[in-house]
Amino acid sequence: MLEIKNVSKTFNAGTINEKKALNQLNLKLENEDFVTVIGGNGAGKSTMLNAITGVFRIDSGEVTVDGQNITNLPEYKRAKYIGRVFQDPMMGTAADMWVEENLSIAESRGKHRTIKWAITKKDRERFRELLTQLDLGLENRLSTKMGLLSGGQRQAITLLMAAMQKPKLLLLDEHTAALDPATASKVLALTDRIVAENHLTAIMITHNMKDAIQHGNRLIMMNQGKIIYDVSGEEKAKLTKADLMAKFAEIAGENQESDRMLLN
Amino acid sequence: METLLTWIGTLPGAIGQGFVWGIMALGLYITFKILDVADLTVDGSICTGAAVCTMLILSGVNVIVAMIVAFFAGALAGLVTGILHTIMGIPAILAGILTQLMLWSVNLLIMSGKANQPLVGFQFRDKVLISTGTNNIVKTLIILGIIILMLICALYWFFGTQFGISLRSTGNNRSMSRAQGINTSFTTVFGLALSNGIVALAGSLLAQQQGAADINMGRGAIVIGLAAVIVGEAIISKISSNFFLKLFSVIVGAIIYWIVFQTVIFLGLPSEYLKMLSALVVAIFLGVPYIKKQWFSKKAVLKKNA
Ligand SMILES: Nc1ncnc2c1ncn2[C@@H]1O[C@H](COP(=O)(O)OP(=O)(O)OP(=O)(O)O)[C@@H](O)[C@H]1O
Ligand SMILES: [Mg+2]
Repeated sequence: MLEIKNVSKTFNAGTINEKKALNQLNLKLENEDFVTVIGGNGAGKSTMLNAITGVFRIDSGEVTVDGQNITNLPEYKRAKYIGRVFQDPMMGTAADMWVEENLSIAESRGKHRTIKWAITKKDRERFRELLTQLDLGLENRLSTKMGLLSGGQRQAITLLMAAMQKPKLLLLDEHTAALDPATASKVLALTDRIVAENHLTAIMITHNMKDAIQHGNRLIMMNQGKIIYDVSGEEKAKLTKADLMAKFAEIAGENQESDRMLLN
Repeated sequence: METLLTWIGTLPGAIGQGFVWGIMALGLYITFKILDVADLTVDGSICTGAAVCTMLILSGVNVIVAMIVAFFAGALAGLVTGILHTIMGIPAILAGILTQLMLWSVNLLIMSGKANQPLVGFQFRDKVLISTGTNNIVKTLIILGIIILMLICALYWFFGTQFGISLRSTGNNRSMSRAQGINTSFTTVFGLALSNGIVALAGSLLAQQQGAADINMGRGAIVIGLAAVIVGEAIISKISSNFFLKLFSVIVGAIIYWIVFQTVIFLGLPSEYLKMLSALVVAIFLGVPYIKKQWFSKKAVLKKNA
């Protein structure tokens, strides 16, 4: 389904701020895999998603989706295959536009945008139905400005928008991090439902160990631009928070060790 | 009483000016408000529109055809700015200034190397769409009103289409737009072209209204356009967020600008000060909301600490 082969990305190469964010990264996802991603700040998790969506050009390596090499496709063309939810609830929607306009934009993703009137009565009915399913009381707020909604409501709609054209790949970057616990678990439940109902392949970054364990069928841990731990199936099901904490401590020790070696 | 009547006598002229500059401001609204791009091309493209239209009329072309060609000439100028900005990565403001400078030469070439090409005189009476100054002002206002109505309806429709709302989302949130599959470079270039086309159309009307195309006629145009946009917004934003009304408010803003302008002249302010006045009005309207916000948050902090 998704294959990342030997992908490297260095920011500010050749300057004092040089940062190797992805280091010969390899990852292969099967159809309907739901992978959770953990790792410390700066491990390269978001950079990996940006490399998949094409926010920047990678230095080396290859990204393929369903056998098609998308390494050289611009971001807006990859959007046809990829749905995305960001950490910042402001990022995923157009705040000054209405809810229905945002939904309509998402509905045309990957299609030719014509000069047909965008939102008809029929569209509005369909949008209302979709919003009713969210169960957040949004069905009567089609002509509310997106920016007036709460963070949780906005993330839920962004999720809906990401799934609307049934993408091959759904990418979630700490999409519940800015939400209060109750709203976060609501949005997570919605995530599970959307992934299952649409049979999506998904990657979800999180800093919450419990969520990383509870959701998905596979878990990977990243450190210094590489995947250093990869469990799935039975093994993942048996994983505990303590296991992951131990793993983290181990890495922290190694990182310190390599820092010391660099300094010497 | 008599002065009041004289003042009222200046109003039709001011409204006529307001209509033409309102059309220009509608073009500016597309870049400044919808695309969130500060485009300085307009100072050049308004003159391009005037020059193209005037020269075509002088060479016997039908005025409507001349105005349509002027629109596309302006769109071409916007296209150049757009390419400089998106493909060559030049910041929008600088890209606009570069095109504006290029247009200075282009406009002179269009006007056969002359800084001024008059379009007045008996022989043109039937060849122009609107008359100079306040001659035939009622007819002029009706024609301009029809053009404005058609333009606002066209823009309202366009920005409600699938492609149109992708332009709006581009201005609102570029990274979200790309994530939703919108080619934001293309929408930006398209918006710049459309905007400058409309500005050039206003230029073609301005040439007819002033009875000449002049190489200097665009100087400071962006300030007048911005004044119209923000004055209009200040009035309408309190009442409604309806897009049609927002477009309409730009025209209202332009009319208010010109009425104030005429009134200030009427009260005896020497005309040398007028550009200063326009710039100050824009600076105040753009700056006051910011200062107000700063001041209020400071006050809140002080209160909390007290
Ligand atoms: N656009 C950029 N320019 C320069 N450096 C960057 C850029 N994006 C990321 N980096 C750097 O690359 C490294 C990896 O960043 P990334 O955002 O992928 O981390 P992350 O794993 O998502 O961390 P977090 O959990 O904090 O979100 C960091 O050191 C970061 O500073
Ligand atoms: Mg991150």
